[in-house]
Amino acid sequence: MYNDKVMDHFANPRNVGEIAGANGIGEVGNAKCGDIMKIYLQVEDNIIKDIKFKTFGCGAAIATSSMVTEMCKGKTLEEALEISNQAVAEALGGLPPVKMHCSNLAADALHEAIKDYMQKNGK
Amino acid sequence: MKRIYFDHSATTPTDPEVAKLMLEYMTDKFGNPSSVHAFGREVRKALDTARENVAALIGAKTNEIFFTSGGTEADNLALKGIAFANRKKGNHIITTSIEHHAILHSCEYLEKQGFEVTYLPVDENAMVSIEDIKKAITDKTILISVMFANNEVGTIQPIKEIGQLAREKGIYFHTDAVQAAGNYPIDVNEYNVDLLTLSSHKFYGPKGVGVLYVRKGVRLDSVQHGGGQERNVRPGTENVPGIIGLGKAAQIAKQEMPSRMAHMTALRDKLIKGIQTKIPDIKLNGHPTKRAPGNVNFSFRYVEGEALLLNLDLKGIAASSGSACTSGSLDPSHVLLAMGLTHEVAHGSLRISLGRGNTEEDIDYCLEVLPEILERLRAMSPLNATSPAKECTLCSHCH
Repeated sequence: MYNDKVMDHFANPRNVGEIAGANGIGEVGNAKCGDIMKIYLQVEDNIIKDIKFKTFGCGAAIATSSMVTEMCKGKTLEEALEISNQAVAEALGGLPPVKMHCSNLAADALHEAIKDYMQKNGK
Repeated sequence: MKRIYFDHSATTPTDPEVAKLMLEYMTDKFGNPSSVHAFGREVRKALDTARENVAALIGAKTNEIFFTSGGTEADNLALKGIAFANRKKGNHIITTSIEHHAILHSCEYLEKQGFEVTYLPVDENAMVSIEDIKKAITDKTILISVMFANNEVGTIQPIKEIGQLAREKGIYFHTDAVQAAGNYPIDVNEYNVDLLTLSSHKFYGPKGVGVLYVRKGVRLDSVQHGGGQERNVRPGTENVPGIIGLGKAAQIAKQEMPSRMAHMTALRDKLIKGIQTKIPDIKLNGHPTKRAPGNVNFSFRYVEGEALLLNLDLKGIAASSGSACTSGSLDPSHVLLAMGLTHEVAHGSLRISLGRGNTEEDIDYCLEVLPEILERLRAMSPLNATSPAKECTLCSHCH
């Protein structure tokens, strides 16, 4: 069902956890659907210095969460906002079609976290 | 790596003795049982033996056994066959909300054909109430269909009492016994059953073959029409290797029944107790005692079922879940929701279905790896006792 890259990110997820004193937090999904993703950001000088995630969800939900954290680390906020759910799926070498709609939300969670940071910092 | 099969409710391995016999009826004894010549006659004789073995497994007569392509076909035949044959008598069918989709979707089809169906609720243990059935009966009721043992949570329904009630009211009673037959003792007379579905591959027989038991005298239309096989109830050249295999599996099941029951019940209870001792924030799904001998079903709070299954698979353990991701739809299992579980708890369900080949060591291994997996997934989850799941808002992604 999942390719090796997805399984690698699922079995060895990168950047799991929370950031104490994160200056941007984003959450998408809900328990009814079976996926909740929460992203914690540490932004400095418009750059994502650190990012961590916590996810309740299936294999694709965990793998996309892990992948998006790798994709945006060190990027400017503008660059990070351009990362799409589609791009995350592609970076993972593709997801089963049924997962594209329901569990491919990691970029949305990232964008929510960036918006949270911008609001808090009056941007 | 060690590989452990804990998904016997999905399917079981075919008994080597069964497979060996089937091969003989594909190569040497390949005749058509309807043929007059010796090639046909030797196969006819073997089919008769298979029918006797299946009849003996459930206490039926041989002329009450009709071979089908499996459980789904037998369920379709039972519901549509009774509905269309008894239309003049009434158009009302009573079933439950936790049936297999072969029943539920057949009922939905019949509703489109003008029949009325009552889908009874179940309690938190997935048990149907006799009182609810009594209340649902009208003078138009022609059929009650209630599954024997639930495929997801294992709950065994009060089949004998439902059968008694149906008999008193002159209503036909069908039970989908796919999960029970061959693994749990069934007698159609003791249980007052008029029609019963069973499936070969759930008890070490081959896939693609099943049975509808139809009590003598029951009015049943056929769904397919053809050359007269199975006394016109289910025409079509017989799946000879499948039926021979099913017959053998039924014979073995009857012989092994007491030891099979004792073995699986002991392993089941050891696993349930072990999980309850080692892992916090869990819920046993299904009835604590009235449950299929091999069924273990738990919800683990704050984790999702597919992630749990994949982690178990990485450790060599094959199980199943009622989460949406594994049901192929956006909603988790209809059975778990009917039992009143919240979506979050239903998404975190894990079904382990044991078989005769499982051992105490398998249970010990599972009890060793499962707590570690849960600890890891829970550490990764944004949900926990102090931060539980919020009520669902109509988010864009699932609505």
